[in-house]
Amino acid sequence: MSYVAIADRDHEQEHHDPQTFITKYIWSQDHKVIAVQYGLTAIFVGLIALGLSAMMRLQLGFPDEFTFINPENYYQFITMHGMIMVIYLLTALFLGGFGNYLIPLMVGSRDMVFPYLNMLSYWVYLLSVIILVVSFFVPGGSTGAGWTLYPPQAIMAGTPGVDLGIILMLVSLAVFIVAFTMGGLNYITTVLQARCKGMTLMRMPLSVWGIFTATVLGLLAFPALLVSAIMMLLDKTLMTSFFMPAISSMGTDPGYTGGSPILFQHLFWFFGHPEVYIVALPAFGIVSDLLSTHARKNIFGYRMMVWAIIAIGGLSFVVWAHHMYVSGMNPYFGFFFATTTLIIAVPTAIKVYNWVLTLWEGNIHLRVPMLFAIGFIFTFIHGGLTGLFLGNVTIDLPLSDTYFVVAHFHMVMGVSPILVVFGAIYHWWPKITGKMYNETLGKWHFWMTFLGTYAIYLPMHYLGFAGVPRRYFAMGNTEFLPESAQDLNAAITISALFVACTQILFFANMIWSLWKGPKSDPNPWDATTLEWQTPDHPPKHGNWGHELPVVHRWAYDYSVPGHEEDFIPQNVSADDAPAGREHGGEHAIVATKEHK
Amino acid sequence: MPFAVVLILLVVGSILFHILSPWTFTELASNWSMVDFTVDITLWVTGVVFVAVNLFMAYCVIKFRYKKGARATYEPENKKLESWLTGLTAVGVAAMLTPGLVVWDQFVSVPDDAHVVEAVGQQWHWTFRYPGKDGKLGEVDNERVSSRNPFGIDPEDPHGQDDIVVYSPEAHIPLDRPVKFLLRSKDVLHDFAVAQFRVKMDLVPGMNTFLWLTPTKSGRFEILCEELCGIGHHTMRGAVIVDEQQEFNTWLARQTTFAEHMATPDGNATIGAAQYGVCAACHGQKGEGNVAMNAPKIAGLPSWYIKRQVQNYKRGLRGVHPEDQFGQQMVGMVATLADDAAIDNVTAHIATFPDNPPATSIDGDLEHGQKLYAVCAYCHGGDGMGRQALNAPRIAGMSDWYIARQLDNFKAGVRGAHPGDYYGFQMGLMGQSLHDEQAVDDIIAYINTL
Amino acid sequence: MTIALGFLAIILATLLGWLLKQTFNSAPWEMEVVSDTAHYGPLGDDKSKLIALLGLLAVVSSFFALILSAYALRMELGDWVPMTEPQLLWMNTVMLVIASGVLQWTRNAAIAGQQARLQPGLIITGILTLGFVLGQFVAWQQLQNSGQFITNNPSNAFFYFLTGAHAVHIVGGLIVWARATMKVVLGKGEVGQIRRSIELCTIYWHFLLLVWLVLFGLLLQT
Repeated sequence: MSYVAIADRDHEQEHHDPQTFITKYIWSQDHKVIAVQYGLTAIFVGLIALGLSAMMRLQLGFPDEFTFINPENYYQFITMHGMIMVIYLLTALFLGGFGNYLIPLMVGSRDMVFPYLNMLSYWVYLLSVIILVVSFFVPGGSTGAGWTLYPPQAIMAGTPGVDLGIILMLVSLAVFIVAFTMGGLNYITTVLQARCKGMTLMRMPLSVWGIFTATVLGLLAFPALLVSAIMMLLDKTLMTSFFMPAISSMGTDPGYTGGSPILFQHLFWFFGHPEVYIVALPAFGIVSDLLSTHARKNIFGYRMMVWAIIAIGGLSFVVWAHHMYVSGMNPYFGFFFATTTLIIAVPTAIKVYNWVLTLWEGNIHLRVPMLFAIGFIFTFIHGGLTGLFLGNVTIDLPLSDTYFVVAHFHMVMGVSPILVVFGAIYHWWPKITGKMYNETLGKWHFWMTFLGTYAIYLPMHYLGFAGVPRRYFAMGNTEFLPESAQDLNAAITISALFVACTQILFFANMIWSLWKGPKSDPNPWDATTLEWQTPDHPPKHGNWGHELPVVHRWAYDYSVPGHEEDFIPQNVSADDAPAGREHGGEHAIVATKEHK
Repeated sequence: MPFAVVLILLVVGSILFHILSPWTFTELASNWSMVDFTVDITLWVTGVVFVAVNLFMAYCVIKFRYKKGARATYEPENKKLESWLTGLTAVGVAAMLTPGLVVWDQFVSVPDDAHVVEAVGQQWHWTFRYPGKDGKLGEVDNERVSSRNPFGIDPEDPHGQDDIVVYSPEAHIPLDRPVKFLLRSKDVLHDFAVAQFRVKMDLVPGMNTFLWLTPTKSGRFEILCEELCGIGHHTMRGAVIVDEQQEFNTWLARQTTFAEHMATPDGNATIGAAQYGVCAACHGQKGEGNVAMNAPKIAGLPSWYIKRQVQNYKRGLRGVHPEDQFGQQMVGMVATLADDAAIDNVTAHIATFPDNPPATSIDGDLEHGQKLYAVCAYCHGGDGMGRQALNAPRIAGMSDWYIARQLDNFKAGVRGAHPGDYYGFQMGLMGQSLHDEQAVDDIIAYINTL
Repeated sequence: MTIALGFLAIILATLLGWLLKQTFNSAPWEMEVVSDTAHYGPLGDDKSKLIALLGLLAVVSSFFALILSAYALRMELGDWVPMTEPQLLWMNTVMLVIASGVLQWTRNAAIAGQQARLQPGLIITGILTLGFVLGQFVAWQQLQNSGQFITNNPSNAFFYFLTGAHAVHIVGGLIVWARATMKVVLGKGEVGQIRRSIELCTIYWHFLLLVWLVLFGLLLQT
């Protein structure tokens, strides 16, 4: 099949060139607009969750100083903070946001294969967010069961939001899963089916690989959350006993019998562990592309990187019970899950080595996206290594349910992906908006965020060593803790508030850029991947004008010997520029930025 | 350049922080030194990787930073290097995993000579049960739990009759003898964690879980609940007290068995009436209270609560703080009640008093008070009538001036500060969210309306 | 969780096998002629729809496999009392089997270009499928009337949950069926497009029949 001119393809006309503001920006079927909608919504709820964390930190750092925090709303804050950050921010932003924006552009498609379904996915996601936000305002407030929503406590007396709050939470999750499934099927099919000519799987940028694999994980793992949510809803509303054993709650018998709370935990973590990689794999992919582009060097060990993504994805389904070493499950499972968990460290370590080796003998531009990418490597190494403590079943005995866990997963699942999110936004901002941002402000934003978060989470590990349990509203007088633990907590709070405040720099920069920022070059980073080669800047609806691109090479032809420029875009043919391995200079023809 | 310097400083700073940090594992008090050993190995392996990779990265950032005219090398992959790195990583992982699995094997294999202690969790306190002379614990069932039989022991089961029941968050165990803690929950998930012992395990309703250890140091070690169990989670504390075998035996002999507990006669109100004479001087003939004497209303107060407070006064858990002058008076008064039977008699007598609402003396913003009361309602009930299962006394329809004073005492650490007063400690922590006089007034004004 | 893991192993092995057949072990930095097996087709073409449908089936299978995992785990907990399924389920099953068969017949007719058979074929399929859903509902009523409520026993709870979840998926299929049938009845829509809708519906029907047979077998056994 040769390339197909757009005019030959009648049924594409129907979603082309929307006329009014509403069809262009609200009921839009353009993947780029939907990506921005997803992104803005996710960042909006993320800011709510950030606010909640600030409240928690105020209480922890300065117990009893603030009248608006009591144990009830504290537990609501931690629950909603966790749930929003993991599901409604990170999952939605990486897949709904970056996935939507990058997949069609990077594989050379005009859009997602089902644009209408794509639009629907966003609106259903928005519905789930609305349900979530509404749960703050119902009588009893939102649920305070912790983001893991463990029964029986999630639906029994003694927990905030045990009436409507938990019901809305579960319904919102179910709705989110529907939205995700619509989006996810779309992303997968687009990658499989709508790649442009010449875009073999192994020529895809790692961003696409990461997002693609994460989507597969999500599609297979989210049903576990859906199953557990439905079963818990039945336990709550119809008094079934899936998860609920016979209990005596506050001296009364609620009437349950025979169920198993551990069953819920198995289902929850069967989803919950892959979820970690649903967030991490897109970050891995994106950071690989940022490193390669700004180091002007091909990503080191591309094949290994792809294999590692797939291996991590596959293994992520057989490690879930490492969240449950001390849950009371059959203790013999510990041997199996500790082994699989530590095995997953190998492909993960390979990724880290390859990122660092990509810098080796590179020509590193320390521009804002690159700062975030290298910052990510640092925090991810830290978070990954502390994972080896918790994954090792024996060490989990003293450390599970302490601040060490909190510090670990914030390092690996909070700070690291968020650094990538920022790096990615700074990287693709010129493409999305056509404007440049202020480089200096961006650098300040990086330094404050990077150093600030490290100041939060490094010390937090040590509170965990000392034995401070997580999810404690206040420690009170605890004999084995040195009094200085409270001082350290106060210092952590100050860092946290500082980091939260510095995010203003980011928003100010972006708003300034939209309003007054200089126009950006179509390919300001001299990148090779297709999204930088669009005929229009920023790309218009349909992405590619009249002709689809044809891909002739992989995504990482940086600094190819014998070629004058230090990059060759993917759609430059062999006749115009040499291939990487053919070191001879006889084909050296200058590639210009103008080629289409 | 500055970036690389910062990376290096972060690495150096992290190491220094690690070395200088006063926040580290508490002193070990059990046989689980192998856990600490596994942690140490992991710290070394991961520490070396952390330093090596980050310093290498910093070096790259310095050496290969952008220079005009410079050009990156083109090197898609290097199979040999990648294999080496994979192999080395696998070795490091094995070095950490092996001790982990060995120690875990020990943890899941309870020694045959371990004696059994059952720790029972419920919102938000601990109780304990020891097998009696037959060495076996009786059958239990959460559906059988009642205020009379808080453990839910099957009264028909002969093994249960001699079980020793400890309705207190303090467990005693003998030094240097392996102990298997059988863990059981009455309501939601909890977690039995003692930092000095290094091991922890969740309590799961509907099943039994366990952990074992051999205490190697005597002393008092705090139990913390480490699985979120509702809003009182952070107040769910207890203690394991490790004694010499001799002291342990003495302590155990003093505890009541299930059979004895069930056979305890109810208090005799008639006998109690005579003993009540001392109390009547301040609390009034019908327990109506007397503000001038600083004596609160006690009519309508649940017997279990009165009994616990009297015991607390007698054991020196309450009324010992120098600022608690009225509490100190009570210490002298309760001395006239010789034993638990006497206390039961008096409380039985108090239970016969008519329950008339006392005059109120505190005004406040009812709406604000109602909002604040939401937290109190978790234990004391929406109606303020208290809940025995939560150790929360009645607060509605009682002397409001007294409640205000006690709230101040809790907040100031005058009451509930003694490490043995676990329920007072809970109230202390929960009371902290009431910040000022106005909040106390508002909440009490609201309680007055209940 | 063995059931869920077994299912996942199959899915992941399929994906892996497929990946290996791609240009997976090539050295992508080496220049190749642009292959003629490029994947680009129009957005939302037949093959895309088929792939998306297969993806959806994988998701739905994952959903049911997980419920079955939970089923197996919950069964072991001691308080399980097997429930006697209403005899009506047999009739419902027969209806669903015939519906699936008729739809297959319709599909074959569509491919053979026998337009006249589409309308009766689709309508019979729809009636039988609706009959199945209603039959399931009646079975619920019968159970309720004989005192078999959802709270009686976990086996009851799972029965209601599984049959309910399955029926919801059938109803979802009926919505797509309704769109295709409307086009046929009103004579609107292009022949090729209708044919493809029918083909996808057929796959979905067979799949849900298979799911039902597995569920029904399991419910009967336990």
